[in-house]
Amino acid sequence: MKSIKKFDYYTLLEKITPLIAVIFALLVGAVVIMLIGENPIFVYKTLFSNAIGNRDGWGNVLFRATPLIFTGLAVAFAFRCGLFNIGGEGQMYIGTFLATWVGFTFTNLPAFILIPLCILTAAAGGALWAAVPGILKAKTGVHEVIVTIMMNWIAASFTFFLVLKFKAPPTEAMVAAGVKQMIPHTREIAEAARLPRLYPILQSLNIDFPAYNQVNVSFFIAIGVAILAYYILWKTNLGYEIRAVGYSPLAAEYGGISVAKNIILAMMISGAFAGLVGTNEVMGFKYKWRQELFTGLGFNGIAVALLGKNHPLGVVLAAILFGILNYGGAIVNIFTEGRIPRELIMVLQAVIVIFVVISDEVVKRLIRQRRKIL
Amino acid sequence: MFGDIFNAQFVASSIRVAIPLALAGLGGVFSERSGVINIGLEGMILSGAFTAVAVTNFTQNPWAGVLGAILVGILLGLIHAVTCITFKANQIVSGVAINLFASGITVFFCWLLFNETQIMVKTSLPIWGLPLPSIGEGSTFARNIIVMFAHYSPLVYLTIIIFILAHLILFKTPFGLRLRSVGEYPQAADTMGVNIIKMRYMAVMTSGALAGLAGSFLSLEQAHFFVKEMSGGRGFIALAAMIFGKWTPLGTAGAALLFGVGEALAMRLQGVLAIPVQFIHMVPYLLAIFVLVSAVGRATPPAADGIPYEKEIG
Repeated sequence: MKSIKKFDYYTLLEKITPLIAVIFALLVGAVVIMLIGENPIFVYKTLFSNAIGNRDGWGNVLFRATPLIFTGLAVAFAFRCGLFNIGGEGQMYIGTFLATWVGFTFTNLPAFILIPLCILTAAAGGALWAAVPGILKAKTGVHEVIVTIMMNWIAASFTFFLVLKFKAPPTEAMVAAGVKQMIPHTREIAEAARLPRLYPILQSLNIDFPAYNQVNVSFFIAIGVAILAYYILWKTNLGYEIRAVGYSPLAAEYGGISVAKNIILAMMISGAFAGLVGTNEVMGFKYKWRQELFTGLGFNGIAVALLGKNHPLGVVLAAILFGILNYGGAIVNIFTEGRIPRELIMVLQAVIVIFVVISDEVVKRLIRQRRKIL
Repeated sequence: MFGDIFNAQFVASSIRVAIPLALAGLGGVFSERSGVINIGLEGMILSGAFTAVAVTNFTQNPWAGVLGAILVGILLGLIHAVTCITFKANQIVSGVAINLFASGITVFFCWLLFNETQIMVKTSLPIWGLPLPSIGEGSTFARNIIVMFAHYSPLVYLTIIIFILAHLILFKTPFGLRLRSVGEYPQAADTMGVNIIKMRYMAVMTSGALAGLAGSFLSLEQAHFFVKEMSGGRGFIALAAMIFGKWTPLGTAGAALLFGVGEALAMRLQGVLAIPVQFIHMVPYLLAIFVLVSAVGRATPPAADGIPYEKEIG
């Protein structure tokens, strides 16, 4: 009896390693904050109380978590096939731009056609961009890590070219003042292509919620996609094959599973998830494409997937944690009048990743030792 | 038109573009020859670029900046080594974490120390070599020769020396033989009394130093400023150069030069042909993918590349 109890204790430990990693990272962050000469208790209190202490905070947290759920699922899904898709940034650029293009081009369509069309275009764009490294990996064996990163930069240049081609005409105020667009952006998408924000929905349910909060229906799409990812991976033949390739490509091939086909499919599904970021950023928030050099959402998806142990539920929880850190970090930046830069949160996220991988290995070894003794 | 593009300046700019790629690629060679994949080169270049500018501006001495960049590279290499070698964590994940960390920490310190997103370099390294005769004075031929071979930043000459040394160390010394054996068949090397852990630590920290040096060249000598994400995927292009160069120093240098020529050519064609500048910017990345695909079947990585060493098997 006693030995079984001990074994359970270690399984539990394995489950909560991400939590330990987060706590360690927050401690490292506290040291950094002290080195800057600020009070870590005050900083963390401000961070958490503003982010999750009220409904407005929660709205902002979920708004920031939504794109990370998409990019996190993208990384996690590919990882289940043994692939490292660190090209989420590029896939999201292409998917989002194409969805924006559909949104401001087919303005005559009604919402019940245009919204699904935009969503599907976002997914298709991401899938298309991810297919390139997938095909190269499957057919020639070129490592997907370098190719996906290269595709990120190509996507950034390509969308820059496209945004200049579809640039919004200058407004009257801009013509009068003789100024040009500082950051190039496209025209706005049609009203019928926009996703509703949560504010009117909550209002109709008699829940008090600030009207300016940006959280929108895309959050529910993200949850839906997380469930879809779980369903594909664990309830379908395709998911079984993808996971088999991830465990051992040689064994899968021997068992009659086409490794090449599954690599390409897994990459494309992964890219489609990343492309769906556009539903939150454009269809639910900005309503237009603004050219920026890397938002970091694709890269943070890697951290989210690792923290969530590449499981859809874990990804959602990790994305919400990152949403809390991002929004709370922005508030801390305002409260301390810029003495704590927002980038502290980026550093914290990287430290979390390093601690997650280390604690995973340490716990794995502890369990192995334990099993040998028992 | 031909003469406008292919002249002495073209050779010189190709070499300048190639230097950071070559140095970081050589870092990759050392690391992977010992059996550790180093995706973190990108972040090490970025951190090196920032440190070089920050230290130079504080001390007014660019050499101190270069040294600082190398030390920061070594430090990041040490972090990568601890996670991958001691804790045997996934090497690609660790590298990705280092890249995330570098993106954050450089901008973080940029705000903290300078209150700006872009910092200019106050003093640069001197140009070493023969003085450049002004146009019209003396023969054009002599001028071209000087432009091509004897008018560079000291770091360019340093890079050439580093590459010759690296080649000699890897292929002509017992140390190099041990390093390569650790990456090919660590069990055998261990039996022969080679300290696997120590060799891998040294190799990964060397790769960090080289990537840091690459970063200092990028910010101090090429751009003359630091801006966030200025490494621009060079760490990954350097890995492509390393693969194309079959994990050898001289091969990597050749591949880096190929990238230098490609980028310099693209920059020059921009003025001649009406290609949108965005497509010119894609050239190095497209070239990297092309180079990787063409290296398939020709380049074989070290046998134990990416596999943590376990003393007892089973």
